[in-house]
Amino acid sequence: MQENPSTGCQCPADLLPAHPSLCPDRCLIVYPWTQRYFSSFGNLYNADAIKSNPNIAAHGVKVVHGLDRAVKNMDNITAAYTDLSVLHSEKLHVDPDNFRLLADCLTVVIAAKMGNAFTPEKQAAFQKFLSGVVAALGKQYH
Amino acid sequence: MHLFPLNSYGCTRFKAIVKAFWAKMSGQADAIGADALSRMLVVYPQTKTYFSHWKDLSPGSAQVKKHGKTIMTGIATAVAKIDDLTAGLLSLSELHAFTLRVDPANFKILSHNLLVAVAILFPDDFTPEVHVAADKFLAAVARALSQKYR
Repeated sequence: MQENPSTGCQCPADLLPAHPSLCPDRCLIVYPWTQRYFSSFGNLYNADAIKSNPNIAAHGVKVVHGLDRAVKNMDNITAAYTDLSVLHSEKLHVDPDNFRLLADCLTVVIAAKMGNAFTPEKQAAFQKFLSGVVAALGKQYH
Repeated sequence: MHLFPLNSYGCTRFKAIVKAFWAKMSGQADAIGADALSRMLVVYPQTKTYFSHWKDLSPGSAQVKKHGKTIMTGIATAVAKIDDLTAGLLSLSELHAFTLRVDPANFKILSHNLLVAVAILFPDDFTPEVHVAADKFLAAVARALSQKYR
């Protein structure tokens, strides 16, 4: 885990790059209305199609890079995410509630991967980190 | 692997998945309940306000374990009454509405932590298909529990 000693926020940064497709595909399956933002990505008809869709996998890599940026700027995620927030608000028109859904999905998937090593304390620190990411992404919505 | 389209989580299939997964995990129900409750209290400290009368809110404490068991008894009831959750959870709804007066927003928080606890204990069985069915089921349970609030 990478940890910010002053805030106690933690992110299993070593886990994310190894599993880039962790990020969006489960969210698209568990909360199917999130697919509205991926209508140009091809076949999303069922779970198998989503899991094997190369556009979704490529997008997963983008999401991981975004989270990596937050890890590297844990002291001020808001500032680091200004452009990303504007992008999601003004160009992609993503309902910010979706960021929370993705964060919840990511937590469940990481829990499955890490097992008991994902202690309540680690979960709390990770939740704090994700809350910062979610808030930062929603900051430039007006 | 099934190839059902995602919007076909109609009643029969969804209930079948929930019942099958419950059968698999019910042997560990107490552990799941205790873990989910422990996590909720640590990760979402605002939920501790409902347990200010407890001596020990730390993960795995005797009170947490006991209450985790109570919660899972409620989940077991919900699984058994999955065909009519509103009727089946009526008295539990009245309890939460009039006696416990738990803000219904917290049902979502506990649901999330139940999914985390289940994912940890059953990583291979907790497929995306089971995840969506479980999430949908817990949301339906939360709705049924909220029925008597107003």
